This record gives sequence, structure tokens and C-alpha cells, in this order.
Amino acid sequence: MATLSDRHLLGLEGVPHKDIRLILDTAFTFREILDRPIPKVPTLQGQTVLNFFYESSTRTRISFELAEKRLSADSINFSKSSSSASKGETLRDTIRTIEAMKIDTIVIRHSAPGSAKLMTGFVDSNIINAGDGAHEHPTQGLLDMMTLEEHLKSLKGLKVAILGDIKHSRVARSNIHGLKTMGAEVMICGPSTLLPYEAEALGVHVSTDLNEALEFADVLNILRIQLERQTGGLFPSLREYRKFFGITMKRLKQNKKKYTIMHPGPLNRGVEIDADVADSEHSVILNQVLNGVAVRMAVLVLLSETHNKRKKKTDG
Amino acid sequence: MADKFSEHESILLKNGVIVGGKRSPVDILIEKGTVKEIGSVTNLSKITHTVDLEGAYVSPGWADVHVHLREPGREDEETIMSGSDAAMAGGFTAVCCMPNTDPPLDSEDMITSVKERANGHLVELFPLGTVSKERKGEELAEIGNMVDAGAVGFSDDGDPVENEELMRIALEYSKMFGVPIVNHSEVKSLAKGGIMNEGAVSARLGIPGIPSHAEDIMVARDIRLAELTDGRLHVPHISSKETIELVRRAKSKGLAVTCEVTPHHLSLTDSNFEKFDAAYKMNPPLRTIDVVEALRAALADGTIDCIASDHAPHSPEENEADLLDAPFGLVGLETAFGVCVVNLLDTKILKLEELVEKLSTAPRKIYNLPSAEIKVGENANMTFFDTTTEWKVDSSQFHSQSRNTPFEGMTLKGKVLGVVNGNKIYSAD
Repeated sequence: MATLSDRHLLGLEGVPHKDIRLILDTAFTFREILDRPIPKVPTLQGQTVLNFFYESSTRTRISFELAEKRLSADSINFSKSSSSASKGETLRDTIRTIEAMKIDTIVIRHSAPGSAKLMTGFVDSNIINAGDGAHEHPTQGLLDMMTLEEHLKSLKGLKVAILGDIKHSRVARSNIHGLKTMGAEVMICGPSTLLPYEAEALGVHVSTDLNEALEFADVLNILRIQLERQTGGLFPSLREYRKFFGITMKRLKQNKKKYTIMHPGPLNRGVEIDADVADSEHSVILNQVLNGVAVRMAVLVLLSETHNKRKKKTDG
Repeated sequence: MADKFSEHESILLKNGVIVGGKRSPVDILIEKGTVKEIGSVTNLSKITHTVDLEGAYVSPGWADVHVHLREPGREDEETIMSGSDAAMAGGFTAVCCMPNTDPPLDSEDMITSVKERANGHLVELFPLGTVSKERKGEELAEIGNMVDAGAVGFSDDGDPVENEELMRIALEYSKMFGVPIVNHSEVKSLAKGGIMNEGAVSARLGIPGIPSHAEDIMVARDIRLAELTDGRLHVPHISSKETIELVRRAKSKGLAVTCEVTPHHLSLTDSNFEKFDAAYKMNPPLRTIDVVEALRAALADGTIDCIASDHAPHSPEENEADLLDAPFGLVGLETAFGVCVVNLLDTKILKLEELVEKLSTAPRKIYNLPSAEIKVGENANMTFFDTTTEWKVDSSQFHSQSRNTPFEGMTLKGKVLGVVNGNKIYSAD
């Protein structure tokens, strides 16, 4: 089996084209398994995966957990609220204690950018970043790309607009890096207070005008508006946000284009996306969810293969 | 401590090259702490301690006017003694310590107590007192009483004096005592939650940013207040191009405004955050290369008066934390000179005499510290060093109790060989 260039998945920035290709191809084969009557394979039997969630998450954690179960791995869950982390134990001590119990792979979600990378210095397990602050969320980027390939065949030359709170979004950053590597063109669009300062550094088109984004794009990836951004004063009201950046049916029809609509969830219906848009034929939101499991299966297996192959090399 | 200073009735320094003097080596005779002879010392009968400098440089003793010694409150991170040892090893014979200890240095008793704890060490300690009572930013502290107890300046460092009226009163009142007000220049609402410089790198990495405007907006306000009051303002650790321009204009207007820059802001950039290493987390944050270059140029043209390390020790536990939880700052006393040689001398930004001035004469002048002139009849106060020895930073060898440094493993240049203050001498190794 082919392997990846790294045994950790910390982000999509700098991940070579061939690695992304391999992950997506592998994910498509797992996707077939998920459609079988008994959607389970023994690939990771005997392996232990820790889902280490320092920040609350339902969707991503369930998706990883399901991917692990479909691969017959033993999975254990750690969440901050149920742990000694609240008793002042450092991240390093917590993770070392757990690793001493022989963990093959750690899936980590944490509010600090770089925390997944920090982890690679503390333990020997393979690390999968399931979201580190506003830095990256690589499996989300991968599942978004898989969904686009499934729906539109090729990523090359595709025009994707990522809409909303780019500044605080790890989903946006992983999408940008992955899509650019795979030959797509990206525009980010949102209120100026929710775009990063010097946003051009991301190597994308930048706009604060939704009409510009609608003209540019084949695909709209609509990010969730975190309600605390509004209470933090970065925009005046949800009403005003919806007026300038909400995706409505009317807006979708203005250019007579057939858009593909994505959203990483959970949805704020009537704010960044209208209910009828989310449920329309343009929407691939539910495909994203299913593909999420397939992509995570692919990543778990490929990292494990990559690790094993390296170990064999050093042992031999 | 492995190496310590010693006291001698008479000290003979042989074959030292005095910076700014003749190029040929001279001998310096020190008796009872006072320079007795400079030149060729022939009467060797009564000399109790001799050091052959073998052609190394001798300069007026350096002063680091921005250090955090953590005592009282965080003696696990640094004490006045360990910090003084670190200063000595770094070539400094004087340090000014910031008053943001726990409790803060906000009264004459606190100033007296800190001065007493430093007694007997080779390194002289000149504390700053707080601007406000309990460092709360509300009411003016007893500045006059603290000056009498030995405070050389006033700062709520760690936090800005946010209230304009208090800042005005502080600048006005401190004038009577001829001491500077040192305001931690940061508009908190702009810096809030920030970890690193806000710019292209923070945009890519998704790390919360601090714009340089958080600094220079506060500096602009403080300079206007210095103008209103004719007070003495010293701007610490500057890191913004606009701050340079503001200080330059203030000086050309003849205002009593001075400023300092740290070795790390003269050498490192925000691109180091690619490693997500908390060792680079400073406040103010490391900026971009064009700011580094502007700071170097402003140091050379005299807009920036002096170099100060902002030595800020933190326990290893704190440094194992993630980027959000990790504290700001680095221990700088023992790397300051090596960083300056590599970034200022080797790059020909400064001549050696100029670098020495930025480390010695200039900072002493800002805080009215005793002069360290090398002159017969004066108190002996000098640093000896070379500018050529290469060495690798190994924090396990630091005299400081803390190890948080972004320079770990880096090759620096220029070795501090020792210091003299009065009848006390320290020789490295």
C-alpha cells in the first residue's frame, strides 16, 4: 500500500499533491464500504485510537469515533470536562499519562493554534489534528474536497468562494491550502472585520462584496457564524449579517448559475444560510457528513501504514 | 553558584584595550575600589589580585535598565540574587528592576527592602517604583518617598497607565524629582487576546494578532502628555516603525523623551511562529523584518537611546504550556551582548564604541545612574569582553533560574570575560 510523507496530519498547508490525492482515493474506496449492508472492515483491529477533545465538539468527535469503529479499532474518548485537565494538570502530563497506556493514534482538538504540533514533541503516537484554534482542521478540508470531487469530478480549475468568518476559521484555512494544492482557485468573502489583517497572504482573492463572490464562484462554502462574534462586537447584528452575507434563494438565482452549496455545520438557518438553500438540490451538506467518515477512515489507515512502514525500515 | 565574584584590596587588570581609547593594551590599577592608575603599572608590590586580559576590551560597566527579577512573589522563577548573578555573567554591573512583583514595589518600604536584598552583590540594583498605588492604575503612588528610598523611575510595567489624567499627573509630579515615567505602551483593547504580531504570518497561521498600532497609539498619547507637562517620558521596548517616528519628532521638538529597544526585537521576526513555539511569545511581539531593520537604523541614528533586555523569567512548567496559555517574555540578560554582536556589530550597524554607549553610558544617563567612566579617581566600574569568540546558547548553563529563551542552540558571538564594580571582581570561568 502506498504511504504518506508524514505519519501525522497536522494541517493541509505544505501537504503535497500526491498525499492529498492518495487520501482522497482511499476515502472513495472506504465510501463504498460505508454503503455495504455491514459497513465494517478489520483494517485497524488491535489498534487503539484516542479521541482527545479539549474543546467541545459533537460532529467531528462522532465522525472520528464512527470511522474508528468501522475500521475495528478500539477507541477511547477524552474530553476536558471529564478530566483532570481542570485540576491544573498540564497538557503534556495529561497526554503522557494516557500515552503510557499504549495509544497508536491520537486525534486532538484544542483551542490553541499549534497544539497538535506541540503534541508530536511529547508522544510517539500518530497525531491527527481535529482543529487547533483558528489554525487548521485538515480532515474537514479533505472531506470538503472529496465532496467536491464526488459532485463535480475534478478540483482543478474549480472556483470556490469561502464565505463568512474567515479570520477565526480553521475550516477556511485548511480548505484554502488544500484547494490551492489541488489546482482550484479560492476567494474569501465576508465582513471586513471577519477577514484576517493582510488576508492576501493566504494567496486567495479577497472580497467584502457577496455579489463579487457569487460572480466568481462555482462553489459556495458557507461558514457558520459563531454567535459569540456578534456579541464580541465584530458586526452589529445577525439581521445585518444576513442582509449583506446571508445566502438566500433569491441571491442564488441572480446570476443564473448552478452553484454547489457546502456548509461545515452546524447551520444557523436564516442567518448565513436559508433553510430552503440548505435543503435544495444545490446542497451537498449531507454528503459532506458521510464523506467525513470515509475521509477519517482513510487518514487513520494511511497514517498507520506510514508509521508501520517507517518502523519496519528502522527495525530492518 | 559555580562562579562568584570576589573582593580585593587592590586589583590589577593587565593588558586591557579600553574601548574608545588608544588601541594599545594598558594596565588598570584599582585600589579600595577606586581607579588609581591607567597605563603601565610598575609598582606591583602591594597588589592582591591580578587578571591578565590578554588584549580583551574594557568598557564602562554596562547597565540593563529593564529587567524583571520576580522577587518578591515568584522566587521559583528568579530571585534578586540569581538575577544579579545572571546580570554579572551577561556583563552588566547595574540593573533597573521593574516593580510588577507580587506585591508590587509601590512604597518606600518595598523599595528599601528590595535594595537591601541586593546589598553586597557586585551588581547594583536600581529599582523602579510603581506609578500607581498597588499598580492598579488609579491613584498616584508615593513617588517622592520612593525616590528617597532609591527608586530611579516609575512604571506600572506589565500594564499601561490607561487613565490619561493619571498619566498626566505622574509626568507632572515626577518632574520635581527628575525621574522618568516609563509607560508600558499598549492599548489593551487592541492587543486583547493577541499572541503574535498581526500581519501576513498571523493571517496564515490563524494565531490571534497584536497590531503595532496597539503600541504607537499609546506612545502618541504619552508624548502629547509629555509635551503638555514638560515631563520626562521613557518609552520601553519599542517595536513599531511609527513609534520610531513619534520619538524622533518628540526629540526634534526638544521634549524629554527617550526610548529603548530589546536585543530580540533587533534580531528576530514573527516568522519564527511557523514553529508554534511559545519561546517566541513576547509582548510587544516580534515584528517583521522591515521593522527589525528600521529599529536597527533608529538605534544607529540615535533616535533609540539604549538597549535593554526586558529579562522576564518564567518557570519551565509555564513554558510547556500551549501557545494560548504560555506566558510572554524571555530571559535576556545572558544573551543580550552576544545577540548585539551578531546583529549590530557584525552587520556594521553600530561601531563598537556606539554599542558600548547603548549598553552603558546612555542607559545610565536616562535613569541618572552613577557614571561608569574609566578615569583615575573614579569608582572602578567596568566590563571586559571580546567580540570574536563564538558560543552556542545552552540555557542549562544560565545563571538565571529560568530557561525560557528563543536563542537556545543558536551560535552567538562575543564573550563577556568579567566585570568589576568597586573592589569586587567577577571573571567568567
